[in-house]
Amino acid sequence: MIDERPSIDTIKKEIRLVFPYTIPVLTGFLILGMTYGLLMQTKGYNAFYSTLMSMLAFCGSMQFVAIALLTTIFDPLQAFLLSFMVNARHIFYGLAMLNKYKGMGKIKNFLIFTLCDETFSIISSMDIPASIKPKSFYFYTSLLNYLYWISGTLMGGLLGKMIVVDIRGLDFVLTALFVVLFLHQMKRKENQLYGYLGIIVTLVWLVILGPKNFIIPSMITILLVLVIKERAL
Amino acid sequence: MILTPIQTLIMIIAIALGSMLTRFLPFVLFPETKAPSQKLIFLGQALPPAMMGLLVVYCLKDIKLVSTPYGLPELLAIILIVVLHKWKENVLISIGLGTIFYIILLNFVFI
Repeated sequence: MIDERPSIDTIKKEIRLVFPYTIPVLTGFLILGMTYGLLMQTKGYNAFYSTLMSMLAFCGSMQFVAIALLTTIFDPLQAFLLSFMVNARHIFYGLAMLNKYKGMGKIKNFLIFTLCDETFSIISSMDIPASIKPKSFYFYTSLLNYLYWISGTLMGGLLGKMIVVDIRGLDFVLTALFVVLFLHQMKRKENQLYGYLGIIVTLVWLVILGPKNFIIPSMITILLVLVIKERAL
Repeated sequence: MILTPIQTLIMIIAIALGSMLTRFLPFVLFPETKAPSQKLIFLGQALPPAMMGLLVVYCLKDIKLVSTPYGLPELLAIILIVVLHKWKENVLISIGLGTIFYIILLNFVFI
């Protein structure tokens, strides 16, 4: 089938359908994005730099880490390696999405470019309503979440202290999103073992290594267990 | 601003490259033209629930269990989210009320 251009009405309808799924991300990304833009501002990096970082790197937690890198000696290689390690969990998102993102054509690179924790969680955990094509659901979820992060950053950088919504604890909205999507995954019997595996392995490494270095060992352990399990199947 | 504008741009590109490498690597290693192995199909099914578990723990990593409020706001809010979700099965209600409850606990109860 030829990939025909959807009408404006179809686009509106599809965005309206996808939007509710992204409301928690809207809340979280605006708050965190503004905080990021503001922090960059206080270190002397104006909205141009913070927004450019959000557009090109699009990696929440690493961007906060990177503020420290921008305020010390110039070392791009170190920045690259640290960014690769902090973002290593994306590798697993990609592995999990290989099949879903197959045959996405022109938008595929954009979907990969914007595959963040939140977008991955929504796309891999939610049942897509029958009234929308999976491709459109993936695209608008990715696009909206990407725009939220950039808008938040831009607002924080431009308006600075004037607008910062300082509600302590509001960023918990993203934790809540992950908890709910975890519960969604656990509704399926065949997923439960792997859900518990993820929690337990990560908790064990967190206790052993502390909050700075536990993610990569957790990922490797999870991957090893899954590969061994697959062989035994 | 400690770095020069050019240095800053190079840093932004370096960080973007590190981030993008993690995103594109799986798709480069396993292109669409290759038929996916049994192993990859299995990983596609088992990784999402495992990674959601990892993400939940990741969000809670900075809680201090040995000093006040001992992670209680997080624990209570998550219990509420689980109960609400089992009961109503509405994503926005669970997330919205859970977050509001957490904000109240953090700002008015465990000050």
